[in-house]
Amino acid sequence: MTELDVARHSHLVDPQLHVWGWEIPVYLFLGGMAAGVMILTTLLLARPGERSRALRWLPFAAPALVTVGMVALFLDLEHKLFVWRFYLAFRWTSPMSWGAWILLVVYPVSLLVALAALADDQAGWLAGRLGPLGGLVRRARALALPRAEGLRAANLVVGIGLGLYTGVLLSTLGARALWASSVLGPLFLVSGLSTGAALLMLFPVSHDERHALARWDLWAIGAEVVLLLLFLVGLASGPAASQAAAGLLLGGPYTAAFWALVVVTGLGVPALLEVLEGRKVLRATLVAPALVLVGGLALRWIMVAAGQV
Amino acid sequence: MTARRYAMAVDTRRCVGCNACVISCKTENALPSGGFRDWIVQEVHGTFPDLTMQIRSERCNHCGDTPCVAACPTGASHVADGGVVLVSKHKCTGCKACMASCPYGARWVHPDGYVDKCTFCLHRVERGQVPACQETCPTRALTFGDLADPASEVSRLVNRRPNLVLQPGAGTRPYVFFLT
Ligand code: SF4
Ligand code: SF4
Repeated sequence: MTELDVARHSHLVDPQLHVWGWEIPVYLFLGGMAAGVMILTTLLLARPGERSRALRWLPFAAPALVTVGMVALFLDLEHKLFVWRFYLAFRWTSPMSWGAWILLVVYPVSLLVALAALADDQAGWLAGRLGPLGGLVRRARALALPRAEGLRAANLVVGIGLGLYTGVLLSTLGARALWASSVLGPLFLVSGLSTGAALLMLFPVSHDERHALARWDLWAIGAEVVLLLLFLVGLASGPAASQAAAGLLLGGPYTAAFWALVVVTGLGVPALLEVLEGRKVLRATLVAPALVLVGGLALRWIMVAAGQV
Repeated sequence: MTARRYAMAVDTRRCVGCNACVISCKTENALPSGGFRDWIVQEVHGTFPDLTMQIRSERCNHCGDTPCVAACPTGASHVADGGVVLVSKHKCTGCKACMASCPYGARWVHPDGYVDKCTFCLHRVERGQVPACQETCPTRALTFGDLADPASEVSRLVNRRPNLVLQPGAGTRPYVFFLT
């Protein structure tokens, strides 16, 4: 028997492990989804053939999601007035620092890609709506159009970086056994791809585009299942602390939520629906993407919360 | 002269868990209600009636390998004179990356919005005094000093007495030694 008694009882210090609340999982969820949107819209825009009008607007989802995510991150800061301190330093050992800078790079790249993707009449409408900023939109679009291909390549790279970072942020904080896994970066990246695809499927993209998204989503879900398995096996075969962490998801307090929300709701059921829709057994609905989004948020929520017990 | 390397030896055979170090630290460093830079842990091992108990006065280990400093995006967390790990409150955003990376829970959020932790009372050490916790300890369980100096009291204790550090597997190379 071992009994530990810590003689400090204070909401400031104990439970001192719980440093991050809802803001960080939400931020990781939105960041991952933005990464997925950046990657997938780039791939869709690069395909030959017609583009739906909805798809032309959708690259704007990435900066929008990142903005909401940054608000969540900002809410988590204990000293909000010092947020600019992130941008006085670049510390290569700190993923928090990487993230702050990546988020800043996301804006110009994804906005220029989005402007270049618009049809002429859409761009004209947007410039008209933005009043004094309209001229800027026109000039930025003129800048982006001839460079669309290079910008899309950059978008892909930044998107992958953003998606990986959302997992690496946790995995480098080695003090938490559940997070100490190099699989987290790729896992959050493919989960971001899946949630990004799901978000795009909520919009009226063309039949053909929807079909491509569903197919890519299936690949992402497949990869996610493999990576989740690797993650759990890696933990379960590690030292005692890792095994205890694996136990949280395999028989411990987070087991029910993990299997029900992440595995069944977020991976299994939508994968099945997408397969059936692909075979034209079922009509494509918004159910599968909605479930993927629930699963993606649950994955981050559970990872952040369970890592801190 | 070699560089200084501050360290502390905590004699678990002397410590009675009276919390005097905790209170003197709070007073010396004007910590707000509910905030602590050091604390007492009582660990009981064994099966009744074969029980052993260890009482430890714990604080930041001023590690030799500092995940907290590596995780800090702004450089607020840094390694200062003698290997002491400090937080510059004027650079800290309160992002808590350092707290999530410290295996010992040595850090906490000050109500003013920055992260706070033990400083080894560097402000006192610079005046030639010992840390407040050591000065107050009625059983003289705490010994602060320069581990790079083989003649120092802390060097002698750590070299002579069996001791352990907390969570050696975390790879942080702590500089607070618990004499057993
Ligand atoms: S005990 Fe924690 S806060 Fe102190 S130096 Fe080590 S890792 Fe950093
Ligand atoms: S909370 Fe402050 S000291 Fe800790 S990592 Fe963030 S900026 Fe650095």
